[in-house]
Amino acid sequence: MDLFEYQAKELFASYGVPVPTGRVATTPEEARAIAAELGGRVVVKAQVKVGGRGKAGGVKVADDPDDAQAKASDILGMDIKGHTVHRVLVEQASDIAEEYYFSFLLDRAGRSYLAMCSREGGMEIEEVAATKPEALARVAVDPGGVDVARAGEIAAKGGLPEQALDGAADLIATLWKAFDGSDATLVEVNPLILTGDGTVIALDGKVTLDDNAEFRHPDWTAYADVGATDPLEQRAKAADLNYVKLDGEVGIIGNGAGLVMSTLDVVAYAGERYGGVGAANFLDIGGGASADVMAAALEIVLSDPAVRSVFVNVFGGITACDEVAMGIVSALALLAERGEKVDRPLVVRLDGNNAEEGRRILDNYAQTVPDSVRRVDTMDGAADLAAHLASKGA
Amino acid sequence: MAIWLNDASRILVQGITGSEGTKHTRRMVAAGSRIVAGVTPGKAGAEVDGIPVFGSVADAVEETGANVSVVFVPPRFAKAAVIEAIDARVPLCVVITEGIPVHDTTAFWSDACSAGNTTRIIGPNCPGIASPGQSNAGIIPADITKPGRIGLVSKSGTLTYQMMYELRDVGFSTCVGIGGDPVIGTTHIDCLEAFEADPDTEAIVMIGEIGGDAEERAADYIREHVTKPVVGYIAGFTAPVGKTMGHAGAIISGSAGTAEAKKQALEAAGVRVGKTPTETAKLMAELMGSG
Repeated sequence: MDLFEYQAKELFASYGVPVPTGRVATTPEEARAIAAELGGRVVVKAQVKVGGRGKAGGVKVADDPDDAQAKASDILGMDIKGHTVHRVLVEQASDIAEEYYFSFLLDRAGRSYLAMCSREGGMEIEEVAATKPEALARVAVDPGGVDVARAGEIAAKGGLPEQALDGAADLIATLWKAFDGSDATLVEVNPLILTGDGTVIALDGKVTLDDNAEFRHPDWTAYADVGATDPLEQRAKAADLNYVKLDGEVGIIGNGAGLVMSTLDVVAYAGERYGGVGAANFLDIGGGASADVMAAALEIVLSDPAVRSVFVNVFGGITACDEVAMGIVSALALLAERGEKVDRPLVVRLDGNNAEEGRRILDNYAQTVPDSVRRVDTMDGAADLAAHLASKGA
Repeated sequence: MAIWLNDASRILVQGITGSEGTKHTRRMVAAGSRIVAGVTPGKAGAEVDGIPVFGSVADAVEETGANVSVVFVPPRFAKAAVIEAIDARVPLCVVITEGIPVHDTTAFWSDACSAGNTTRIIGPNCPGIASPGQSNAGIIPADITKPGRIGLVSKSGTLTYQMMYELRDVGFSTCVGIGGDPVIGTTHIDCLEAFEADPDTEAIVMIGEIGGDAEERAADYIREHVTKPVVGYIAGFTAPVGKTMGHAGAIISGSAGTAEAKKQALEAAGVRVGKTPTETAKLMAELMGSG
């Protein structure tokens, strides 16, 4: 889960990482009030979870409260790379002497963490890595973390000048506590600045939290970005289903993340033969496939108006195919009872343990309720039929 | 032979009294695995289907000589459970649990390193390891394939099963599900190295997916060190950027971790990469002379 800049800075501040004074506003009037309270020049910053907002005009300096209101009015509602600005951060303008870069992140290959530090701040770090690799220090950090002394070494490796080293060391050591304590997989400060009076502060903040750690952070519910989450994704999450909305026409339900990813690909390949139809979603129902879970999955997929056919792709391993088939049949009965029509064609591929028995159950059901289930025994063949049906809009 | 798990393996189950632990213990027993002990803190002296339950891994190892642990403990207790297995010097610890915070995984990995890597960790968030006809440690369905000479390594559970099933007439030496989390103990490379050294493995199937660069690093390793034929499959060509696709580690960040980059790296290392799971299985069947 990614945080907005203002949330990242609140998190930093709660650990004692120095950040500019400021608050978030959702209206120009609020922005004006915050600017009046802060006094002096302020910066009005669009709150979007995407880079490049400065270039897009989403960050503006304002001289007084009236100006802050006007700038907020310009920025609120702006579209930045497909993200609508609903909030602005209004904070005291800083006296920037120099700009640096710092981050802690998960190092998948090293099964630990990395600290990255550079005297070149304020620009995309990928650009620094590409154009001036010598200016970017990458230092391995073990789960024990960094103390002030170690933080100072990292800052020195990043080429930070003498006058910034002490301040940076304190900030970095404190930032580690924020990274570790909040179960983050990324904390990035770009730029980290040295001010005219010699203090080092985090002028920007980017934080990614580990969703798996949500159980030990009850306060994270405040981070739920309700407005920006797809409504179907929200419903799926409430039903404990792993769903991602995509922009194709074939609804996908499968068991296991790898198999579902593979299904999206196979449907796209088949779709090339039918005018480029593709998957409408990713939906992993997990290892088991009970009637309740299958019904919930079908409900969500069918509530997407873009879906024109549904492909259920299940490998019966732990849950054998006959149980999966019973689950599908019961789910369809359950939906019928609730008066919800399965009004788009359903293609099912079942393979694995007890495949023959599972297929027999589906066939029997299809005889009772004509056109309810179309069974195809191979993944590639089923994908082809599902793509074909979606292209017809049947 | 097989790798890491064979008919002499003595398995203990951490979290045996939980519903998943009990269910899969029964399945493992039915598959012929030797389950010698269970561990649940506070439940020493209990039994599950006649299998003695101990209060700690150390006690279980001392009493039964267990040398493999399978962990079904819920996420919030998983770190402590794995560290217990490391402290007891269990040579192989298979972590099935899904949803462990990555800071916990890095912590127990760091412990395993400090202990001198006396414990091989497979997972977390993995289906486990199976040497068909010999032993099964985890949740891989035992009865979908037969013993043979293919080694399989995969991040994904169901794609592992799919491949085992498609190649059931050729058969497998060992199948390892290494897990879909961003940080995992045993990597593709560890498995490739072990399969290369295993006289009972003739060829290797490697299944990867979007996220990270483990497949690219595996490709480099194959080019330098693997003489046995390798067939590959990568899932997630059509996955969008920046969205986690089910597995916590399956996410394309910016331009990094794409399926295309992984496929190209593998092909450049001489690996034949199938477009679909079925095509991949066919490539392997041909290679083994039964296509």
